[in-house]
Amino acid sequence: MIHLAFTPIGKKYHDFQVVRDKDACINCQVCVRQCSYGVHTWDENRKCVVHDSSKCIGCHRCEAMCPTDALLIQEKASDFKANACWRPEFIKYIYKQAETGGVLLTGMGSPVNLPVYWDRLLLDASQVTNPSIDPLREPMELTTFIGSKPDALRFEKTPTGEKLVTKIGPQMRINSPIMFSAMSFGSINFNLHIAMARAATELGIFYNTGEGGLHPSLYKYGANTIVQVASGRFGVHRDYLNAGGGIEIKIGQGAKPGIGGHLPGEKITAKVSETRMVPLGSDAISPAPHHDIYSIEDLLQLIFALKEASEYRVPVGVKIAAVHNVAAIASGIVRAGADYVAIDGMRGGTGAAPGMIRDNVGIPIELALAAVDQRLRDEGIRGHASVIAAGGIRCSADVVKAIALGADAVYIGTAALLAVGCTLCARCYTGKCPWGIATNDPSLAKRQNPDKAAKQMTNLIRAWSHEIEEMLGGMGLNSIESLRGNRDKLRAVGLSQTERDILGVKHAGA
Amino acid sequence: MKKVYPNKEVCIGCHLCEVACLTAHSKSRDVVIAYKEEKDAQGLSPCKTVIHDGPACVALSCRHCEEPACVAACISGALTKNRESGRTEYDEEKCVGCWSCLMACPFGSIRRHPIKEKIVKCDLCAGRDIPACVEVCPNWALVYEDRGEK
Repeated sequence: MIHLAFTPIGKKYHDFQVVRDKDACINCQVCVRQCSYGVHTWDENRKCVVHDSSKCIGCHRCEAMCPTDALLIQEKASDFKANACWRPEFIKYIYKQAETGGVLLTGMGSPVNLPVYWDRLLLDASQVTNPSIDPLREPMELTTFIGSKPDALRFEKTPTGEKLVTKIGPQMRINSPIMFSAMSFGSINFNLHIAMARAATELGIFYNTGEGGLHPSLYKYGANTIVQVASGRFGVHRDYLNAGGGIEIKIGQGAKPGIGGHLPGEKITAKVSETRMVPLGSDAISPAPHHDIYSIEDLLQLIFALKEASEYRVPVGVKIAAVHNVAAIASGIVRAGADYVAIDGMRGGTGAAPGMIRDNVGIPIELALAAVDQRLRDEGIRGHASVIAAGGIRCSADVVKAIALGADAVYIGTAALLAVGCTLCARCYTGKCPWGIATNDPSLAKRQNPDKAAKQMTNLIRAWSHEIEEMLGGMGLNSIESLRGNRDKLRAVGLSQTERDILGVKHAGA
Repeated sequence: MKKVYPNKEVCIGCHLCEVACLTAHSKSRDVVIAYKEEKDAQGLSPCKTVIHDGPACVALSCRHCEEPACVAACISGALTKNRESGRTEYDEEKCVGCWSCLMACPFGSIRRHPIKEKIVKCDLCAGRDIPACVEVCPNWALVYEDRGEK
């Protein structure tokens, strides 16, 4: 509204428009205080709140907080001349890059219009010939163990009965096949790390520290923590490796396969500096590769170095992005001794990534997961490692479908952030998150009350777990184990023969 | 007794507690009418004040002290401590607008009425189960609980 004449032309093609209902607006200025992008301001001349839509990033914080429902954030109606090839996003990218000369950054998962295979897969249910199970009346088992399983069990006879002699490797026991994905302290703030740690502990699942280390004050939640070792090796030391119930080597991330990370110096506060073991205010650069891993053999060395450091007490897993040869890579990882492989699909989120990478590199998790599970089975090594699917798990039905496609468990990152208010505005890289999530600014970070966030995350997993039980019961299954890799419980609608072959799923009706 | 306790660690300074307080104490009980008509015409104002200091902020209102300094200072008997409910009560009829209580309150939780020679002070939302400010707080920064204080 104000200073519009001085706005550069490119910025006038903005994405959102603020609509204010003047009859309802009471000028309470809640929107002014909540917007970290300066969209709403108090106009001393007009004696009312005004807005500048060109600054709006579409996070909806003002709309959510407005006490009189006076605000509506909508896509700006103005359209470029219709062009199926030069869609508006490409035109705006060029205007922006012509002005800045820089790489286009973005956040969260890819919004591109590629097939979501979950939507094309349907679940089975029991009718007549096998009974369905009511999970409210009968026991239903969601407990899952993440870790390497022996090929066979050997017992020996003792005077007191049979005794198991096979040594079973370390496992992570989870009460529901859902874990909080790696989101580093730094990319999201400490309040949410406290919340994830508390929620995981209460639920009996795991959360993942991400690559930002683990603050000593959170060691008490270690039994429900996976500590991550990434290419930057931030915050990695002996106590850290022994603080968690699992260790994860991060090779890749679904949102940015082949790309490292860069946490700008402004985000390296005293606490982040202490936790990451990097100087205050210095940039924290995660290299694209691990500089000591250039082969499966190198990976094997790191896996066993970490197992030695943690005295073989906890599983050591490897996380990779879903890329073209994911099945062969996963096979190598399992053969290198990983206790689990986490595969992050191309719709997985990020705190910051070049938009071109996020939207064009990698493959969907459904295809990657099915390919990995099949490859490991064909090679007879599926039991040697658990498989965790990540990147674009939106609801409990997606979890059930992922497990039927062969996953042992799933990671959720975006869904966990949505539970605490995220609206997927994808500006995580600015550090100005109005929802107090992807920011370390103390005045914004405190918008996440750890007590409330932990409750919301706990509620989400509980709700999904109930729904998973319902779906399992409907299929006549009383244990999540019976669903794992059980692709006969899935049917495809509208998928080609090639897609169905990769997914290992029959067409509906067949 | 149950009191409203603010938590400055998670107060986000949105001032929604003030909006809710003002509405709860309006005649219309309608947020738009309360703001657009009653606020200017009748000087309706919230008994809650959000104080900011850099990133720190906190919502302050009457603490309903065990030994209220305002009651001791009140020259007209308008402010009294109800020993049964624990509340520090205010009778507008008796108030003479001397502002002694404003001077005495160690928390700055009493404000002058913008029009009348009276004061504005938290009554813990008489008639409501949970004070409006606590109910509206989007970040659980205000809690209404008994911490053993009288």
